Amino acid sequence: MNWGSAGEFFAMGGYAFYVWGSFGVTALFLLVEVVMVVHRKRTIVQRLGRRMRMQAEVKQ
Amino acid sequence: MAVRQINWFKFSSPATFYPLAGKLIPYFAVLAVVLTVIGLYLGFFVAPTDYKQGEGYRIIFIHVPAAWMSMFIYVVMAAYAGMGLVFNTRLSSLMATALAPTGALFTFLALWTGALWGKPMWGAWWVWDARLTSELILLFLYIGFMSLKAAIDDPRRAARASGLLAIIGVINVPIIYKSVEWWNTLHQGATIKSSGTSMETTMLTAMLMMSLAMWMYTIAVVLARVRCEILEAERDTEWVATELSKSP
Amino acid sequence: MWAALRCVVMRDLTLAMRRRADVLTTLFFFVIVVSLFPLGVGPEMDTLRLMGPGVVWVAALLASMLSLGRLFSGDYIDGTLEHLVLAPQPLTVLVLGKIVTHWLVSGLPLVLIAPLLGIQYGLSADALWVLVLSLILGTPVLSLIGAVGAALTLGLRGGGVLVSLLVLPLYIPVLIFGAGAVDAQVTGLGPQAHLSLLGAFLVPALVFAPWAAGWALRISLE
Repeated sequence: MNWGSAGEFFAMGGYAFYVWGSFGVTALFLLVEVVMVVHRKRTIVQRLGRRMRMQAEVKQ
Repeated sequence: MAVRQINWFKFSSPATFYPLAGKLIPYFAVLAVVLTVIGLYLGFFVAPTDYKQGEGYRIIFIHVPAAWMSMFIYVVMAAYAGMGLVFNTRLSSLMATALAPTGALFTFLALWTGALWGKPMWGAWWVWDARLTSELILLFLYIGFMSLKAAIDDPRRAARASGLLAIIGVINVPIIYKSVEWWNTLHQGATIKSSGTSMETTMLTAMLMMSLAMWMYTIAVVLARVRCEILEAERDTEWVATELSKSP
Repeated sequence: MWAALRCVVMRDLTLAMRRRADVLTTLFFFVIVVSLFPLGVGPEMDTLRLMGPGVVWVAALLASMLSLGRLFSGDYIDGTLEHLVLAPQPLTVLVLGKIVTHWLVSGLPLVLIAPLLGIQYGLSADALWVLVLSLILGTPVLSLIGAVGAALTLGLRGGGVLVSLLVLPLYIPVLIFGAGAVDAQVTGLGPQAHLSLLGAFLVPALVFAPWAAGWALRISLE
Protein backbone atom coordinates (compact mmCIF):
# COMPACT_ATOMS: atom_id res chain seq x y z
CA MET A 1 0.00 0.00 0.00
CA ASN A 2 1.41 3.35 -1.04
CA TRP A 3 -0.79 5.80 0.79
CA GLY A 4 -1.05 6.67 4.45
CA SER A 5 -4.34 8.54 4.14
CA ALA A 6 -6.96 9.57 1.62
CA GLY A 7 -5.51 13.09 1.58
CA GLU A 8 -2.13 11.73 0.62
CA PHE A 9 -3.75 9.70 -2.13
CA PHE A 10 -5.49 12.72 -3.62
CA ALA A 11 -2.36 14.87 -3.31
CA MET A 12 -0.41 12.39 -5.50
CA GLY A 13 2.91 13.53 -4.11
CA GLY A 14 2.37 17.06 -5.43
CA TYR A 15 1.36 15.91 -8.90
CA ALA A 16 -2.37 15.99 -8.17
CA PHE A 17 -3.23 18.42 -10.98
CA TYR A 18 -1.38 16.44 -13.63
CA VAL A 19 -2.41 12.96 -12.53
CA TRP A 20 -6.08 13.78 -11.85
CA GLY A 21 -6.19 16.00 -14.90
CA SER A 22 -5.16 13.03 -17.03
CA PHE A 23 -7.37 10.42 -15.40
CA GLY A 24 -10.31 12.77 -15.01
CA VAL A 25 -10.39 13.98 -18.58
CA THR A 26 -9.95 10.44 -19.88
CA ALA A 27 -12.84 9.18 -17.75
CA LEU A 28 -15.00 12.14 -18.73
CA PHE A 29 -14.39 11.76 -22.47
CA LEU A 30 -14.95 8.02 -22.46
CA LEU A 31 -18.22 8.53 -20.57
CA VAL A 32 -19.30 11.26 -22.98
CA GLU A 33 -18.58 8.93 -25.90
CA VAL A 34 -20.75 6.20 -24.36
CA VAL A 35 -23.58 8.65 -23.72
CA MET A 36 -23.34 9.99 -27.27
CA VAL A 37 -23.52 6.52 -28.81
CA VAL A 38 -26.47 5.50 -26.62
CA HIS A 39 -28.25 8.73 -27.46
CA ARG A 40 -27.59 8.27 -31.16
CA LYS A 41 -29.00 4.76 -31.06
CA ARG A 42 -32.14 6.01 -29.35
CA THR A 43 -32.76 8.84 -31.85
CA ILE A 44 -32.20 6.52 -34.80
CA VAL A 45 -34.66 3.97 -33.46
CA GLN A 46 -37.22 6.73 -32.80
CA ARG A 47 -36.76 8.26 -36.23
CA LEU A 48 -36.96 4.95 -38.07
CA GLY A 49 -40.02 3.98 -36.00
CA ARG A 50 -41.76 7.21 -37.02
CA ARG A 51 -40.82 6.58 -40.64
CA MET A 52 -42.25 3.09 -40.52
CA ARG A 53 -45.55 4.24 -39.01
CA MET A 54 -45.78 7.00 -41.60
CA GLN A 55 -45.23 4.57 -44.45
CA ALA A 56 -47.81 2.20 -42.96
CA GLU A 57 -50.36 5.02 -42.87
CA VAL A 58 -49.64 5.95 -46.45
CA LYS A 59 -50.26 2.35 -47.51
CA GLN A 60 -53.65 2.29 -45.79
CA MET B 1 -13.90 -25.51 -45.53
CA ALA B 2 -17.30 -24.99 -47.04
CA VAL B 3 -18.87 -24.74 -43.59
CA ARG B 4 -16.40 -22.08 -42.54
CA GLN B 5 -17.10 -20.06 -45.65
CA ILE B 6 -20.82 -20.12 -45.02
CA ASN B 7 -20.34 -19.01 -41.42
CA TRP B 8 -18.10 -16.18 -42.48
CA PHE B 9 -20.62 -14.82 -44.92
CA LYS B 10 -23.43 -15.34 -42.50
CA PHE B 11 -21.81 -13.11 -39.90
CA SER B 12 -20.65 -10.58 -42.43
CA SER B 13 -24.25 -9.88 -43.34
CA PRO B 14 -25.58 -6.89 -41.40
CA ALA B 15 -28.89 -8.64 -40.67
CA THR B 16 -27.21 -11.40 -38.64
CA PHE B 17 -24.44 -9.24 -37.24
CA TYR B 18 -26.79 -6.65 -35.77
CA PRO B 19 -28.40 -8.92 -33.12
CA LEU B 20 -25.09 -10.72 -32.51
CA ALA B 21 -23.35 -7.42 -31.76
CA GLY B 22 -26.22 -6.47 -29.46
CA LYS B 23 -25.73 -9.67 -27.48
CA LEU B 24 -21.95 -9.22 -27.25
CA ILE B 25 -21.89 -5.59 -26.08
CA PRO B 26 -22.80 -6.25 -22.39
CA TYR B 27 -20.03 -8.85 -22.03
CA PHE B 28 -17.36 -6.51 -23.34
CA ALA B 29 -18.71 -3.62 -21.28
CA VAL B 30 -18.55 -5.68 -18.09
CA LEU B 31 -15.06 -6.89 -18.96
CA ALA B 32 -13.99 -3.30 -19.57
CA VAL B 33 -15.26 -2.17 -16.16
CA VAL B 34 -13.71 -5.14 -14.32
CA LEU B 35 -10.35 -4.72 -16.03
CA THR B 36 -10.37 -0.97 -15.38
CA VAL B 37 -10.95 -1.57 -11.68
CA ILE B 38 -8.13 -4.13 -11.54
CA GLY B 39 -5.83 -1.89 -13.59
CA LEU B 40 -6.50 1.20 -11.48
CA TYR B 41 -6.04 -0.78 -8.29
CA LEU B 42 -2.71 -2.14 -9.48
CA GLY B 43 -1.69 1.24 -10.83
CA PHE B 44 -2.48 3.28 -7.75
CA PHE B 45 -2.14 0.89 -4.84
CA VAL B 46 0.25 -1.88 -5.80
CA ALA B 47 2.74 -0.26 -8.16
CA PRO B 48 5.40 1.51 -6.10
CA THR B 49 6.37 5.17 -6.38
CA ASP B 50 8.90 5.82 -9.12
CA TYR B 51 12.21 6.87 -7.60
CA LYS B 52 12.78 9.47 -10.31
CA GLN B 53 9.37 10.84 -11.24
CA GLY B 54 7.55 10.40 -7.94
CA GLU B 55 3.80 9.90 -8.24
CA GLY B 56 3.63 11.82 -11.49
CA TYR B 57 4.63 8.77 -13.46
CA ARG B 58 1.22 7.18 -12.78
CA ILE B 59 -0.07 9.02 -15.85
CA ILE B 60 1.70 6.26 -17.78
CA PHE B 61 -1.17 3.90 -16.94
CA ILE B 62 -3.47 5.74 -19.31
CA HIS B 63 -1.03 7.58 -21.54
CA VAL B 64 0.72 4.54 -22.99
CA PRO B 65 -2.43 2.39 -23.39
CA ALA B 66 -4.21 5.31 -25.08
CA ALA B 67 -1.28 5.80 -27.45
CA TRP B 68 -1.20 2.08 -28.24
CA MET B 69 -4.93 2.06 -28.88
CA SER B 70 -4.76 5.10 -31.13
CA MET B 71 -2.24 3.39 -33.41
CA PHE B 72 -3.79 -0.04 -33.25
CA ILE B 73 -7.30 1.23 -34.03
CA TYR B 74 -5.96 3.00 -37.11
CA VAL B 75 -4.45 -0.24 -38.40
CA VAL B 76 -7.62 -2.20 -37.67
CA MET B 77 -9.68 0.52 -39.31
CA ALA B 78 -7.52 0.40 -42.44
CA ALA B 79 -7.78 -3.41 -42.48
CA TYR B 80 -11.58 -3.23 -42.39
CA ALA B 81 -11.54 -0.49 -45.02
CA GLY B 82 -9.32 -2.67 -47.22
CA MET B 83 -11.66 -5.64 -46.79
CA GLY B 84 -14.57 -3.39 -47.68
CA LEU B 85 -12.82 -2.28 -50.86
CA VAL B 86 -11.58 -5.67 -52.00
CA PHE B 87 -14.51 -7.94 -51.08
CA ASN B 88 -17.14 -5.24 -51.32
CA THR B 89 -18.61 -6.21 -47.96
CA ARG B 90 -20.80 -3.49 -46.53
CA LEU B 91 -20.22 -4.51 -42.94
CA SER B 92 -16.45 -3.98 -43.04
CA SER B 93 -16.85 -0.43 -44.35
CA LEU B 94 -19.35 0.27 -41.59
CA MET B 95 -16.89 -1.13 -39.04
CA ALA B 96 -14.17 1.20 -40.35
CA THR B 97 -16.54 4.14 -39.96
CA ALA B 98 -17.48 3.07 -36.45
CA LEU B 99 -13.84 2.74 -35.38
CA ALA B 100 -12.68 6.18 -36.50
CA PRO B 101 -14.22 8.39 -33.76
CA THR B 102 -12.98 6.13 -30.97
CA GLY B 103 -9.51 6.06 -32.51
CA ALA B 104 -9.47 9.83 -32.80
CA LEU B 105 -10.59 10.11 -29.18
CA PHE B 106 -7.74 7.90 -27.98
CA THR B 107 -5.30 9.91 -30.08
CA PHE B 108 -6.54 13.08 -28.44
CA LEU B 109 -6.30 11.50 -24.98
CA ALA B 110 -2.75 10.33 -25.67
CA LEU B 111 -1.84 13.91 -26.61
CA TRP B 112 -3.66 15.37 -23.62
CA THR B 113 -2.10 13.02 -21.08
CA GLY B 114 1.25 13.45 -22.83
CA ALA B 115 1.04 17.20 -22.30
CA LEU B 116 0.06 16.77 -18.65
CA TRP B 117 2.95 14.38 -18.16
CA GLY B 118 5.42 16.51 -20.08
CA LYS B 119 4.78 19.67 -18.05
CA PRO B 120 6.14 18.37 -14.70
CA MET B 121 8.75 16.05 -16.25
CA TRP B 122 10.17 18.10 -19.11
CA GLY B 123 8.99 21.52 -18.01
CA ALA B 124 6.83 22.15 -21.07
CA TRP B 125 3.27 21.31 -22.10
CA TRP B 126 4.35 20.53 -25.57
CA VAL B 127 7.68 19.24 -26.81
CA TRP B 128 8.40 18.45 -30.46
CA ASP B 129 9.28 14.96 -29.47
CA ALA B 130 9.13 12.37 -32.26
CA ARG B 131 6.37 10.37 -30.61
CA LEU B 132 4.19 13.33 -29.65
CA THR B 133 4.56 14.79 -33.14
CA SER B 134 3.63 11.52 -34.84
CA GLU B 135 0.63 11.23 -32.56
CA LEU B 136 -0.47 14.71 -33.63
CA ILE B 137 -0.14 13.71 -37.29
CA LEU B 138 -2.15 10.57 -36.58
CA LEU B 139 -4.91 12.80 -35.24
CA PHE B 140 -4.83 14.73 -38.52
CA LEU B 141 -5.14 11.46 -40.44
CA TYR B 142 -8.19 10.45 -38.39
CA ILE B 143 -9.76 13.86 -38.96
CA GLY B 144 -9.10 13.58 -42.71
CA PHE B 145 -10.76 10.17 -42.82
CA MET B 146 -13.84 11.34 -40.95
CA SER B 147 -14.15 14.59 -42.93
CA LEU B 148 -13.93 12.80 -46.27
CA LYS B 149 -16.58 10.35 -45.16
CA ALA B 150 -18.81 13.16 -43.95
CA ALA B 151 -18.39 15.26 -47.10
CA ILE B 152 -19.67 12.58 -49.51
CA ASP B 153 -23.44 12.14 -49.64
CA ASP B 154 -23.58 8.89 -51.59
CA PRO B 155 -22.92 6.19 -48.95
CA ARG B 156 -21.30 3.77 -51.38
CA ARG B 157 -18.85 6.34 -52.70
CA ALA B 158 -18.20 7.58 -49.15
CA ALA B 159 -17.30 4.09 -47.98
CA ARG B 160 -15.01 3.37 -50.91
CA ALA B 161 -13.27 6.75 -51.01
CA SER B 162 -12.59 6.85 -47.28
CA GLY B 163 -11.48 3.23 -47.43
CA LEU B 164 -8.89 4.05 -50.06
CA LEU B 165 -7.75 7.01 -47.97
CA ALA B 166 -7.36 4.82 -44.87
CA ILE B 167 -5.18 2.37 -46.81
CA ILE B 168 -3.00 5.17 -48.19
CA GLY B 169 -2.74 6.54 -44.66
CA VAL B 170 -1.70 3.26 -43.10
CA ILE B 171 1.03 2.78 -45.72
CA ASN B 172 2.29 6.25 -44.88
CA VAL B 173 2.19 5.97 -41.09
CA PRO B 174 5.56 4.16 -40.78
CA ILE B 175 7.17 6.52 -43.31
CA ILE B 176 5.87 9.55 -41.43
CA TYR B 177 6.97 8.10 -38.11
CA LYS B 178 10.48 7.33 -39.35
CA SER B 179 10.91 10.75 -40.94
CA VAL B 180 9.69 12.55 -37.83
CA GLU B 181 12.13 10.50 -35.78
CA TRP B 182 14.98 11.42 -38.13
CA TRP B 183 13.94 15.08 -38.06
CA ASN B 184 13.82 14.98 -34.27
CA THR B 185 17.28 13.49 -33.78
CA LEU B 186 18.76 16.05 -36.17
CA HIS B 187 17.15 19.05 -34.58
CA GLN B 188 17.15 18.26 -30.90
CA GLY B 189 20.51 18.49 -29.19
CA ALA B 190 19.42 16.60 -26.11
CA THR B 191 16.93 13.92 -27.06
CA ILE B 192 14.31 13.22 -24.48
CA LYS B 193 14.29 9.61 -23.46
CA SER B 194 11.50 8.36 -21.29
CA SER B 195 13.08 7.02 -18.14
CA GLY B 196 12.31 3.60 -16.77
CA THR B 197 14.17 1.29 -19.07
CA SER B 198 13.71 -1.43 -16.50
CA MET B 199 10.11 -1.19 -15.47
CA GLU B 200 8.80 -2.87 -12.37
CA THR B 201 6.70 -5.93 -13.12
CA THR B 202 3.76 -4.50 -11.20
CA MET B 203 3.90 -1.31 -13.27
CA LEU B 204 3.96 -3.35 -16.46
CA THR B 205 1.06 -5.51 -15.30
CA ALA B 206 -0.99 -2.45 -14.42
CA MET B 207 -0.29 -0.94 -17.81
CA LEU B 208 -1.26 -4.15 -19.59
CA MET B 209 -4.48 -4.35 -17.57
CA MET B 210 -5.37 -0.80 -18.52
CA SER B 211 -4.61 -1.58 -22.18
CA LEU B 212 -6.87 -4.62 -22.06
CA ALA B 213 -9.57 -2.54 -20.39
CA MET B 214 -9.36 0.05 -23.16
CA TRP B 215 -9.53 -2.77 -25.69
CA MET B 216 -12.73 -4.10 -24.21
CA TYR B 217 -14.13 -0.58 -23.98
CA THR B 218 -13.30 0.02 -27.65
CA ILE B 219 -14.93 -3.21 -28.76
CA ALA B 220 -18.09 -2.45 -26.78
CA VAL B 221 -18.40 1.14 -28.02
CA VAL B 222 -17.54 0.26 -31.61
CA LEU B 223 -20.08 -2.56 -31.67
CA ALA B 224 -22.70 -0.15 -30.32
CA ARG B 225 -21.78 2.44 -32.91
CA VAL B 226 -21.71 -0.03 -35.78
CA ARG B 227 -25.25 -1.01 -34.82
CA CYS B 228 -26.25 2.62 -35.36
CA GLU B 229 -24.42 2.67 -38.70
CA ILE B 230 -26.11 -0.58 -39.75
CA LEU B 231 -29.57 0.75 -38.88
CA GLU B 232 -28.99 3.91 -40.89
CA ALA B 233 -27.53 2.09 -43.88
CA GLU B 234 -30.23 -0.60 -43.99
CA ARG B 235 -33.25 1.40 -42.94
CA ASP B 236 -35.36 0.36 -45.93
CA THR B 237 -34.88 -3.37 -45.52
CA GLU B 238 -37.37 -5.88 -44.22
CA TRP B 239 -35.21 -7.08 -41.32
CA VAL B 240 -34.78 -3.62 -39.85
CA ALA B 241 -38.56 -3.24 -39.82
CA THR B 242 -39.03 -6.51 -37.93
CA GLU B 243 -36.10 -5.69 -35.65
CA LEU B 244 -37.64 -2.35 -34.73
CA SER B 245 -41.11 -3.77 -34.14
CA LYS B 246 -39.54 -6.37 -31.81
CA SER B 247 -38.01 -3.82 -29.47
CA PRO B 248 -40.20 -0.77 -28.97
CA MET C 1 1.21 3.76 -74.12
CA TRP C 2 3.81 6.46 -74.69
CA ALA C 3 1.59 7.97 -77.35
CA ALA C 4 -1.29 8.14 -74.87
CA LEU C 5 0.92 9.72 -72.24
CA ARG C 6 2.27 12.28 -74.67
CA CYS C 7 -1.17 13.03 -75.99
CA VAL C 8 -2.56 13.78 -72.51
CA VAL C 9 0.47 15.89 -71.59
CA MET C 10 0.32 17.93 -74.80
CA ARG C 11 -3.42 18.47 -74.51
CA ASP C 12 -3.22 19.59 -70.88
CA LEU C 13 -0.23 21.82 -71.59
CA THR C 14 -2.10 23.49 -74.43
CA LEU C 15 -5.08 24.02 -72.14
CA ALA C 16 -2.83 25.45 -69.44
CA MET C 17 -1.17 27.81 -71.89
CA ARG C 18 -4.59 29.09 -72.94
CA ARG C 19 -5.20 30.08 -69.33
CA ARG C 20 -1.83 31.43 -68.36
CA ALA C 21 -3.29 33.45 -65.49
CA ASP C 22 -3.91 30.26 -63.50
CA VAL C 23 -0.25 29.28 -63.73
CA LEU C 24 0.88 32.71 -62.67
CA THR C 25 -1.52 32.77 -59.72
CA THR C 26 0.17 29.74 -58.18
CA LEU C 27 3.58 31.26 -58.76
CA PHE C 28 2.67 34.61 -57.24
CA PHE C 29 1.05 32.90 -54.28
CA PHE C 30 4.35 31.14 -53.64
CA VAL C 31 6.35 34.37 -53.93
CA ILE C 32 3.98 36.34 -51.70
CA VAL C 33 3.82 33.72 -48.94
CA VAL C 34 7.61 33.47 -48.82
CA SER C 35 7.95 37.25 -48.77
CA LEU C 36 5.45 37.64 -45.94
CA PHE C 37 7.49 35.69 -43.41
CA PRO C 38 10.26 38.26 -42.88
CA LEU C 39 7.53 40.86 -42.31
CA GLY C 40 6.06 38.70 -39.59
CA VAL C 41 9.28 37.53 -37.99
CA GLY C 42 11.59 40.48 -38.43
CA PRO C 43 14.44 41.27 -40.77
CA GLU C 44 17.36 39.74 -38.78
CA MET C 45 19.36 37.89 -41.40
CA ASP C 46 20.55 35.21 -38.97
CA THR C 47 17.03 34.16 -38.04
CA LEU C 48 15.94 34.29 -41.66
CA ARG C 49 18.85 32.16 -42.80
CA LEU C 50 17.78 29.51 -40.29
CA MET C 51 14.13 29.67 -41.34
CA GLY C 52 14.65 30.09 -45.07
CA PRO C 53 14.61 26.46 -46.25
CA GLY C 54 11.61 25.61 -44.12
CA VAL C 55 9.64 28.66 -45.21
CA VAL C 56 10.32 28.08 -48.90
CA TRP C 57 9.34 24.45 -48.56
CA VAL C 58 6.13 25.10 -46.62
CA ALA C 59 5.16 27.74 -49.19
CA ALA C 60 5.88 25.25 -51.99
CA LEU C 61 3.64 22.70 -50.25
CA LEU C 62 0.79 25.19 -49.99
CA ALA C 63 1.19 26.45 -53.56
CA SER C 64 1.25 22.93 -54.97
CA MET C 65 -1.81 22.04 -52.91
CA LEU C 66 -3.75 25.12 -54.02
CA SER C 67 -3.41 24.20 -57.66
CA LEU C 68 -4.66 20.64 -57.07
CA GLY C 69 -8.25 21.77 -57.52
CA ARG C 70 -7.61 22.35 -61.23
CA LEU C 71 -6.04 18.93 -61.79
CA PHE C 72 -9.26 17.05 -62.54
CA SER C 73 -12.12 19.50 -62.01
CA GLY C 74 -12.12 21.05 -65.50
CA ASP C 75 -12.29 17.64 -67.15
CA TYR C 76 -14.86 16.51 -64.60
CA ILE C 77 -17.21 19.39 -65.34
CA ASP C 78 -17.11 19.08 -69.13
CA GLY C 79 -17.32 15.29 -69.05
CA THR C 80 -13.87 14.57 -70.52
CA LEU C 81 -12.91 12.65 -67.43
CA GLU C 82 -15.57 10.00 -68.00
CA HIS C 83 -14.18 9.43 -71.48
CA LEU C 84 -10.67 9.12 -70.06
CA VAL C 85 -11.89 6.47 -67.60
CA LEU C 86 -13.62 4.56 -70.41
CA ALA C 87 -10.69 4.89 -72.82
CA PRO C 88 -8.96 1.68 -73.95
CA GLN C 89 -5.60 3.00 -72.73
CA PRO C 90 -4.80 2.18 -69.10
CA LEU C 91 -6.18 4.89 -66.80
CA THR C 92 -2.97 4.87 -64.76
CA VAL C 93 -1.01 6.15 -67.77
CA LEU C 94 -3.55 8.86 -68.55
CA VAL C 95 -3.57 9.99 -64.92
CA LEU C 96 0.22 10.00 -64.91
CA GLY C 97 0.08 12.30 -67.92
CA LYS C 98 -2.18 14.71 -66.08
CA ILE C 99 0.11 14.64 -63.03
CA VAL C 100 3.17 15.31 -65.18
CA THR C 101 1.45 18.33 -66.65
CA HIS C 102 0.39 19.51 -63.21
CA TRP C 103 4.01 19.39 -62.12
CA LEU C 104 5.25 21.14 -65.28
CA VAL C 105 2.69 23.90 -64.83
CA SER C 106 2.68 24.40 -61.06
CA GLY C 107 5.79 22.62 -59.73
CA LEU C 108 8.53 23.53 -62.16
CA PRO C 109 7.95 27.32 -61.99
CA LEU C 110 8.35 27.11 -58.21
CA VAL C 111 11.65 25.28 -58.64
CA LEU C 112 12.89 27.94 -61.06
CA ILE C 113 11.97 30.91 -58.92
CA ALA C 114 13.06 29.38 -55.60
CA PRO C 115 16.72 30.53 -55.82
CA LEU C 116 15.53 34.11 -56.09
CA LEU C 117 13.51 33.71 -52.91
CA GLY C 118 16.42 31.94 -51.25
CA ILE C 119 18.52 35.04 -51.81
CA GLN C 120 15.93 37.04 -49.86
CA TYR C 121 16.75 34.75 -46.94
CA GLY C 122 20.50 35.10 -47.28
CA LEU C 123 21.16 31.52 -48.34
CA SER C 124 24.61 30.81 -49.77
CA ALA C 125 25.12 29.69 -53.37
CA ASP C 126 25.67 26.07 -52.33
CA ALA C 127 22.52 26.11 -50.23
CA LEU C 128 20.59 27.55 -53.16
CA TRP C 129 21.72 24.68 -55.37
CA VAL C 130 20.62 22.16 -52.79
CA LEU C 131 17.29 23.97 -52.43
CA VAL C 132 16.68 23.70 -56.18
CA LEU C 133 17.73 20.06 -56.23
CA SER C 134 15.52 19.17 -53.29
CA LEU C 135 12.57 20.96 -54.92
CA ILE C 136 13.17 19.15 -58.22
CA LEU C 137 13.03 15.81 -56.41
CA GLY C 138 10.29 16.77 -53.95
CA THR C 139 7.67 18.75 -55.86
CA PRO C 140 6.82 15.81 -58.19
CA VAL C 141 6.04 13.77 -55.07
CA LEU C 142 3.72 16.55 -53.95
CA SER C 143 1.90 16.49 -57.30
CA LEU C 144 1.68 12.68 -57.19
CA ILE C 145 0.28 12.45 -53.66
CA GLY C 146 -1.92 15.46 -54.26
CA ALA C 147 -3.48 13.82 -57.32
CA VAL C 148 -4.89 11.06 -55.12
CA GLY C 149 -6.42 13.64 -52.78
CA ALA C 150 -7.81 15.63 -55.70
CA ALA C 151 -9.34 12.48 -57.19
CA LEU C 152 -10.95 11.48 -53.88
CA THR C 153 -12.54 14.91 -53.35
CA LEU C 154 -13.68 15.33 -56.94
CA GLY C 155 -16.86 17.37 -57.20
CA LEU C 156 -17.47 17.66 -53.46
CA ARG C 157 -18.73 20.74 -51.68
CA GLY C 158 -15.77 22.47 -50.03
CA GLY C 159 -13.41 20.14 -51.86
CA GLY C 160 -10.60 22.68 -51.72
CA VAL C 161 -10.39 22.78 -47.94
CA LEU C 162 -11.00 19.07 -47.65
CA VAL C 163 -8.14 18.20 -49.98
CA SER C 164 -5.74 20.14 -47.77
CA LEU C 165 -6.91 18.15 -44.78
CA LEU C 166 -6.28 14.87 -46.58
CA VAL C 167 -3.08 15.71 -48.35
CA LEU C 168 -1.04 17.90 -45.99
CA PRO C 169 -0.33 15.19 -43.39
CA LEU C 170 0.94 12.95 -46.19
CA TYR C 171 3.25 15.74 -47.38
CA ILE C 172 5.14 15.78 -44.09
CA PRO C 173 7.99 13.38 -44.99
CA VAL C 174 8.71 15.38 -48.15
CA LEU C 175 8.74 18.60 -46.15
CA ILE C 176 11.10 17.14 -43.54
CA PHE C 177 13.63 15.84 -46.03
CA GLY C 178 13.30 18.71 -48.49
CA ALA C 179 13.94 21.41 -45.92
CA GLY C 180 16.33 19.08 -44.11
CA ALA C 181 18.54 18.76 -47.19
CA VAL C 182 19.14 22.52 -47.28
CA ASP C 183 19.63 22.61 -43.51
CA ALA C 184 22.17 19.81 -43.74
CA GLN C 185 24.05 21.75 -46.42
CA VAL C 186 24.05 24.91 -44.29
CA THR C 187 25.25 23.12 -41.17
CA GLY C 188 27.90 21.24 -43.10
CA LEU C 189 26.51 17.73 -42.76
CA GLY C 190 26.09 17.31 -46.50
CA PRO C 191 22.71 16.88 -48.18
CA GLN C 192 23.31 13.51 -49.87
CA ALA C 193 21.34 11.41 -47.39
CA HIS C 194 18.32 13.72 -47.52
CA LEU C 195 18.37 14.00 -51.29
CA SER C 196 18.65 10.27 -51.82
CA LEU C 197 15.71 9.72 -49.46
CA LEU C 198 13.69 12.25 -51.45
CA GLY C 199 14.57 10.26 -54.54
CA ALA C 200 13.53 7.12 -52.71
CA PHE C 201 10.09 8.69 -52.10
CA LEU C 202 9.77 9.73 -55.73
CA VAL C 203 10.16 6.25 -57.25
CA PRO C 204 7.39 4.41 -55.37
CA ALA C 205 5.17 7.49 -55.56
CA LEU C 206 5.67 7.50 -59.34
CA VAL C 207 4.59 3.86 -59.51
CA PHE C 208 1.72 3.77 -57.02
CA ALA C 209 0.22 7.25 -56.90
CA PRO C 210 -1.13 7.34 -60.50
CA TRP C 211 -2.63 3.93 -59.95
CA ALA C 212 -4.24 4.95 -56.66
CA ALA C 213 -5.45 8.20 -58.21
CA GLY C 214 -6.98 6.23 -61.07
CA TRP C 215 -8.75 4.02 -58.59
CA ALA C 216 -9.97 7.06 -56.69
CA LEU C 217 -11.29 8.58 -59.94
CA ARG C 218 -13.26 5.41 -60.67
CA ILE C 219 -14.73 5.54 -57.16
CA SER C 220 -15.64 9.21 -57.55
CA LEU C 221 -17.22 8.79 -60.98
CA GLU C 222 -19.26 5.63 -60.59
